[in-house]
Amino acid sequence: MYSYLLPEFTIERSEDKCIRCRVCERQCANKVHEYDEDLNKIFSSNELCVGCQRCVALCPTNALYVHPRVYDYRPNSSWTRDKVQNLKKQAETGGVILTGSGNDKPYRIYWDHLVLNASQVTNPSIDPLREPMELKTFLGRKPDTLEITFEEGKASLKSQLNPNVPIKTPLVFSAMSYGAISYQAYKSLAMAAKEFGTLFNTGEGGLPEHMREEFGGNAIVQCASGRFGVDSDYLNSAQIIEIKIGQGAKPGIGGHLPGEKVSANIAETRMIPMGTDALSPAPQHDIYSIEDLSMLIYALKEATNYEKPVSVKIAAVHNVAAIASGIVRAGADIVAIDGIRGGTGAAPLATRDNVGIPMELALAAVDKRLREEGIRHKCSVLAAGGIRCSADAIKAIALGADAVYIGTAALVAMGCTLCHKCYTGKCNWGICTQDPFLTKRLNPEITSQKLVNLLKGWSHEIQEMLGGMGINAIESLRGNREHLRGVGLEEWELNVLGVKGAGE
Amino acid sequence: MGKILAKPEVCMGCHLCEIWCAVAHSKSKHIIKAFNYEDKKPEPRVRVEEKLPLTFALQCRHCNEPDCVSACISGALTKNPESGAIEHDAEKCVGCYSCVLTCPYGNIFIDHAHKKVIKCDLCAGMETMYCVSKCPNQALVYVED
Repeated sequence: MYSYLLPEFTIERSEDKCIRCRVCERQCANKVHEYDEDLNKIFSSNELCVGCQRCVALCPTNALYVHPRVYDYRPNSSWTRDKVQNLKKQAETGGVILTGSGNDKPYRIYWDHLVLNASQVTNPSIDPLREPMELKTFLGRKPDTLEITFEEGKASLKSQLNPNVPIKTPLVFSAMSYGAISYQAYKSLAMAAKEFGTLFNTGEGGLPEHMREEFGGNAIVQCASGRFGVDSDYLNSAQIIEIKIGQGAKPGIGGHLPGEKVSANIAETRMIPMGTDALSPAPQHDIYSIEDLSMLIYALKEATNYEKPVSVKIAAVHNVAAIASGIVRAGADIVAIDGIRGGTGAAPLATRDNVGIPMELALAAVDKRLREEGIRHKCSVLAAGGIRCSADAIKAIALGADAVYIGTAALVAMGCTLCHKCYTGKCNWGICTQDPFLTKRLNPEITSQKLVNLLKGWSHEIQEMLGGMGINAIESLRGNREHLRGVGLEEWELNVLGVKGAGE
Repeated sequence: MGKILAKPEVCMGCHLCEIWCAVAHSKSKHIIKAFNYEDKKPEPRVRVEEKLPLTFALQCRHCNEPDCVSACISGALTKNPESGAIEHDAEKCVGCYSCVLTCPYGNIFIDHAHKKVIKCDLCAGMETMYCVSKCPNQALVYVED
């Protein structure tokens, strides 16, 4: 069928700068650039370009400029270019439009409407370069009371403590499975988490056996609806076990890893035959109620001798506060909430862009509800989906999170340019692909350092902002909405967030 | 003397080492000028070997017992007793290509324009080893002995 789709990007090449070195041609998995020996020229096909900017970044003479094509059709606020383009694509294929990465629609980003406080005159601000500034966070259930007994002048703790996992900074790498991302990307996350003293999340694709001893101490392992790679050793190798109920990018849908990506190593890690599709069912088929969830939580605790906190990750949806309350009452030690801007390796576009609610609102609602019910201390709250910078992270903590998951931000630090083509398996940056020629582009020694730098930079910025507020420990900020004010928000939004308007 | 080591597991086959090696040994040392405006197209002294997905860059190994030096009929190729580098004196080279035939790594190249050979000089006299410093993925590393 002749395609009427218009190219999404325009490639401009400065002929006087191009030295015909063919780097662009070799770097593009979409075969956009082609060298012609007869003419000693490089031709570029706009229609194949996904705008990932790999060629632009690698061109040694800056001869390339790739930019999105402006609206080609008659301008129309209702029938936007992507709506028309997707319709045409669908008319040609009859399929579900797929996409990757996170929601790019202009839903209100509440982080950009919340501002932080600072100390002036009546209370002193703190300089984190001169005074201690604690970012250490403990993930897990806290005791109801702390009973201490004294015997012969020696104090001892009477209350029984639950397992808690300390992290040096309230930043945790979110779930990205080996299979969805390359081994190099996966290992980079693990290396960075270990070096900095935080955690990475294996996602639902298992943890390769050879990595368990070295990186298990920094791993959150997932138990998702497909149960890929789950056995007793896997569970016991990690610090935290996470039951994945939902994902912010695609609430109500399970993960899909096409068979082409299931190489020998991935097959072994996932415990499935090579080349078979790894399709996670939409629900966990043994969980149809809070009581069922409780059974799985305690089965996992039993399997790990009650030594590890169990987390339950849900997508932020309507009634999220009531669901979170049920999760805590079911015995979870951590509740992870993934908002509508969370990323994915592959999801139907309609779902990614339209299902779920912004994490800021969900987080505030959950924190408020758990406090009202007097059970907030029984769990840690992890906020995920759309944390772009240290300021987003610190605002999330002020809204009630214990720590935040960072996924897309970590990928961007590794090289991702958000081209949204993760589902094609042709990631030119070597992140979301299993093609051995492409995955080599990530050198874990370099990318893990970039990730460590991200954690380091954000942690310093969080310390600076905390000090400005006159706070010397991140724990004192958690749920402390007095340090937040809303700008440009309506009353119902301020109410849900539990935040006063600026000036109040 | 150290060695430039190739790391095939992170070599992405971009050939930028070749490009920058050629620039480093060009007349102007300016990438656009060298390729687009100099009379003679600059030639690299490092080559990327490819059998996809495997790729790695290789240049003169500066062998301890160099076949090329033994084979050289004009004394153009010598092993520097101090640095250990195999050095090529273009003035003495007669273009017999015996060294090209004997190099077990295929890392001595023919400069057709001048009927001489060219080979890696470890960027002697330059600020950095270009193939190492310009590799975007650290797939070439210089390791001291």
